[in-house]
Amino acid sequence: MNVVRFELNGQQVEVQGGLSILEAARQHGVKIPTLCHHPDQRVKANCRVCVVEVEGQRNLVASCATTVSEGMKIRTNSSRIRETVQTILELIFANHPQECLTCVRNGNCELRRLAADYGIREVKGESSCLNLPLDTSTPSLVRNPNKCIKCGRCAEVCHHVQGTGILYSNYRSVDVMVEPEYGKSLAEVACVLCGQCASVCPVGAIHERDDISKVWKALDDPEKHVVVQVAPSVRVSIAEEFGFPPGTIATGKLVAALRKLGFDRVFDTDFSADVTIMEEGHELLQRLQTGGVLPMITSCSPGWVKYIEHNYPEQLAHLSSAKSPQQMFGALAKTYYAKKAGINPADIYVVSIMPCTAKKFESQRPEMSDSGFQDVDAVLTTRELGRILKQAGVDFSVLEEASFDNPMGISTGAAAIFGATGGVMEAALRTVYEVVTGQELVNVEFSAVRGMEGIKEAEVDLAGSKVKVAVAHGLNNAREIMDLIKEGKANYAFVEVMCCPGGCIGGGGQPYGTTNSVRQERIASIYKVDANLPLRKSHKNPAVAELYDDFLGKPLGELSHHLLHTKYKNRGLHKLKG
Amino acid sequence: MQISVREIINGMEGKQALLQILLAVQDASPENYVSEDAVNDIAYMLNVSRSRVYSTASFYSVISLKPRGRHIVQVCINAPCENAGKQEILAVLEDQLGVKLGETTADRQFTLEGVSCLGACYVSPAIKIDDRLYGDLTPELVVSILREYQEEATALDCNAS
Amino acid sequence: MTAMLHKNDAVFRLSLFQEFPTLMHYRGFGGYEALAKAVESNPTSIIETLAAAGLRGRGGAAFPTGLKMQMVRNNAERERYIICNADEGEPGTFKDRFIMTHIPFQLLEGMTLAAYAVGAAKGYIYIRHEYPEAQQTMHRSIAAAKAAGLLGDNILGQGFSFDVEIFSGAGSYLCGEETALLSSMEGKKGRPRLKPPYPTQNGLWGKPTLINNVETLANIPMIIGRGAEWYRTLGTLDSPGTKLISLSGDVEQRGLYEVPFGTTFNQIIEEYGGGMKNGRRVKAVNIGGASGVVVPPWELDCALEYHSCGERDITIGSGAVFVMDESRSILANVHNRVEFFLHESCGKCTPCREGLRQAGRIIHNLLSGKAVMADVDNLERYTRAMQNAAFCGLGQAAGNSLISSLRYFRSEYEAACFDYGNQYQREGITA
Repeated sequence: MNVVRFELNGQQVEVQGGLSILEAARQHGVKIPTLCHHPDQRVKANCRVCVVEVEGQRNLVASCATTVSEGMKIRTNSSRIRETVQTILELIFANHPQECLTCVRNGNCELRRLAADYGIREVKGESSCLNLPLDTSTPSLVRNPNKCIKCGRCAEVCHHVQGTGILYSNYRSVDVMVEPEYGKSLAEVACVLCGQCASVCPVGAIHERDDISKVWKALDDPEKHVVVQVAPSVRVSIAEEFGFPPGTIATGKLVAALRKLGFDRVFDTDFSADVTIMEEGHELLQRLQTGGVLPMITSCSPGWVKYIEHNYPEQLAHLSSAKSPQQMFGALAKTYYAKKAGINPADIYVVSIMPCTAKKFESQRPEMSDSGFQDVDAVLTTRELGRILKQAGVDFSVLEEASFDNPMGISTGAAAIFGATGGVMEAALRTVYEVVTGQELVNVEFSAVRGMEGIKEAEVDLAGSKVKVAVAHGLNNAREIMDLIKEGKANYAFVEVMCCPGGCIGGGGQPYGTTNSVRQERIASIYKVDANLPLRKSHKNPAVAELYDDFLGKPLGELSHHLLHTKYKNRGLHKLKG
Repeated sequence: MQISVREIINGMEGKQALLQILLAVQDASPENYVSEDAVNDIAYMLNVSRSRVYSTASFYSVISLKPRGRHIVQVCINAPCENAGKQEILAVLEDQLGVKLGETTADRQFTLEGVSCLGACYVSPAIKIDDRLYGDLTPELVVSILREYQEEATALDCNAS
Repeated sequence: MTAMLHKNDAVFRLSLFQEFPTLMHYRGFGGYEALAKAVESNPTSIIETLAAAGLRGRGGAAFPTGLKMQMVRNNAERERYIICNADEGEPGTFKDRFIMTHIPFQLLEGMTLAAYAVGAAKGYIYIRHEYPEAQQTMHRSIAAAKAAGLLGDNILGQGFSFDVEIFSGAGSYLCGEETALLSSMEGKKGRPRLKPPYPTQNGLWGKPTLINNVETLANIPMIIGRGAEWYRTLGTLDSPGTKLISLSGDVEQRGLYEVPFGTTFNQIIEEYGGGMKNGRRVKAVNIGGASGVVVPPWELDCALEYHSCGERDITIGSGAVFVMDESRSILANVHNRVEFFLHESCGKCTPCREGLRQAGRIIHNLLSGKAVMADVDNLERYTRAMQNAAFCGLGQAAGNSLISSLRYFRSEYEAACFDYGNQYQREGITA
């Protein structure tokens, strides 16, 4: 890469060519403020707080949108720039509710941080907040249009990463609203509730529905036996809520923290992820052997399931009927565990800690009550877990490591990697290979399905017959595969789809600041967790074997079918009306 | 029988540009607007999201997402017309039609709108009714112009009944 | 629709043509002779001639036309487009309307010459929705030119093909900004795009695209027909040729005038406009439309010329000249202008969207006697932020226009504040 020399605030510096002024300045220790900028998104240059002076240019230029060129003379700090940035911030505040104390983003709001940095002490403009109603139509997300600063990050992720096309900026000038068409609620449109919008929002304009009080209520109720399950990806992200670097593995501390909150049992979704592999793996084999609908597509990701229900309802037969690990856990907790522990299932309250906002929706799907009760009672995202721990005064940094409870706390490396894109595929292959060939799989790592590439393909030799598989993450990539399937051009046997970029470690409920580079760190840790576990194949999990021996019988058996499999709903909205 | 969105799009030449489709759909609508069903159908035909169609439609002031009258009366509200007596002309229009700026008459014959600039500053104050420009207006002139449209509407009503 | 005075008819010859002319009429005055001559020679000679003539874009930015064409021509991509920007939305401007209704074939010939020069096979005319007559005239004229072999396949039998389609705007001032216009044509909101890449590299559907204003393109046939030297006999060394001036407001004769560069604004008002109406004096002149400047009478000795105007921060822009006499209120004018921008801002960037929101409130308060002196300072700060930091040229221009009025007529703003004079009293007491 060529080197570009330029002048930054009077000093000669150099960077590699092709960088924006913003990036180049950061490399030299100058942090230019930003609001609409997001490292994983296309340049929008909407907010204009990153303006700088470039010699020879009459007006200030947006540093995010201007490439550094040889000999450029840049000033990032002058009275003109300070006045402009302060004015722009004041202009935003004048149209932003002054509710910082009670805002869900109190403490991690990007706008508030800038206000502090720039010493904004009064709002000079006249307030023009409209006090519009909040959108609380879904169990997953709350949209507060009053706080929206029109940066465009959510619309960008909704259209260009997820391809769901729900949030868009409508109207013009001061009337601009970022919302679904006709200002509809999220429940009225084909929103999959992935929460990627909430994840990139710099302020509190869209966020997860807060279910913390529900969980406190259950914990406070002496009649309730409250159990908690933790998704695979949360153990590599929760520490970020307490200031640890991305990718910190905190499994033991996480268990200890949950115990301090007062849960009666701390279980692991990894256990039910192993069960998922048993069911889904056998379903794949059955489809392969009986000429069933192929490719079979994974169904663990509730955002993805909702997406296919809305957009490809005629392709629903491709979805594995296996429930997600969260829901398998819930169904088993109120049946298998209840029986084993001798507790009335009516008294069991199941809480999930998930990286995901769509999991809240999934838990409330009416069909997710095969135990005779709602299988999962409350879902907290990683961010909410961070908050509830702070409310309880749990000091994460000094906690002693602890272990999950039995029996639903024993798991394998195959389950751990569910949290990363390609993980479910890899886990399934580890089991399917051994079941089909009857031989031991020596090298368990399928590197072809790992990594951040949007669509990954691999070919697996199963006792002489070659099987093609594919992995997609982010719904725009999923859409490409679905279009191939629709056109009959997909010759895959098995496809893994994760709704969010990077898989669950990049979910919409993960700590703020989830960028692709943070995703990479979490993925690396997930694979470290796997590599460090003694057991790395789901069918070798002794607790799972016990579950089948004592309770379920066999994979795809009658009880499995009843408790662990589900049906999908045609939510297709896109029909010609005229 | 109203022409369908599918027919409009299939009948258009050249590249199927969303904005031209929206204009054509609105022109074909007796109520001078793009309905929610039409937004849905355009999205379906072009294989884009409805939010995308809505977003584009809502941006342009010529596209209406609410039903309007048969005739669109546009009053130029820019400075040259303002200084040439727009206020007076607007008052007469509001009085004659019995509606305020932005409203539609009860008989659904007229919608009164403001328009940024008609490019007719050489004959200001100016208004446009549907595709016709009227300039050098006086209050009396406005009354007589409106009368023509109103009489035509009455004639049509009589024929219909 | 109106009787116009045409003192100078060098390039546009508007006095020769009525509304909705026929092709025969245009050819009777030498129309299409330039094209006939040009298609027999090298396309680059057109670009050279336009560069030698010193033709600059007439839409407002005044970019050298020959250079822009060269940029498109040099692009390795063979699929190229040409777009005529006829989204004349700048308040007080009506020149493009007249070109399209009176000399549509001159525009088409100019587009065809430009297409030949840059190697484009497809052109679009983006005409604002407010001009149905212009859309109809251009539709008819395209059909007539095609029937005569002057447009379409194998033009004049020379193997060069060029087709033109009309694209209707839908009521967005901002679509006059070239990248917003492209977004609009691609079915999106008319919001501006980042530059670079410029449309010459990455234009319509990502292809190199020449975007020129109606007036710019309508200049081309006469320059090619009569040569660069002839063109340079008009106007000044700095700004050759003529400019169409849309004159409106409190003058005796409003109308469209072809004015040679170098003419002063006083001359435009006196000699073309026949002086002020009702014997009143000039209070202020708005030059260049809503995005232009508001200047007092003592700046009107400035010559209509890019350099001279630039030195005094006067934007020629679209060539709109709107005259206000001494009975007019500056605040009312500014109010009108801010309302216009509030209606037309695309809402993409903060300074323009929120700056206008607050500017609108302050001016409203000024007019209703609720403003204080500090509001005027805030207004200035907001407009400065727009000027300094808005995303596109139009947002910056919205700031410019308010700044100019504050610069020359600040006293009128201050006099409207209810605490006007208080500060002097206070100062008096402390002193």
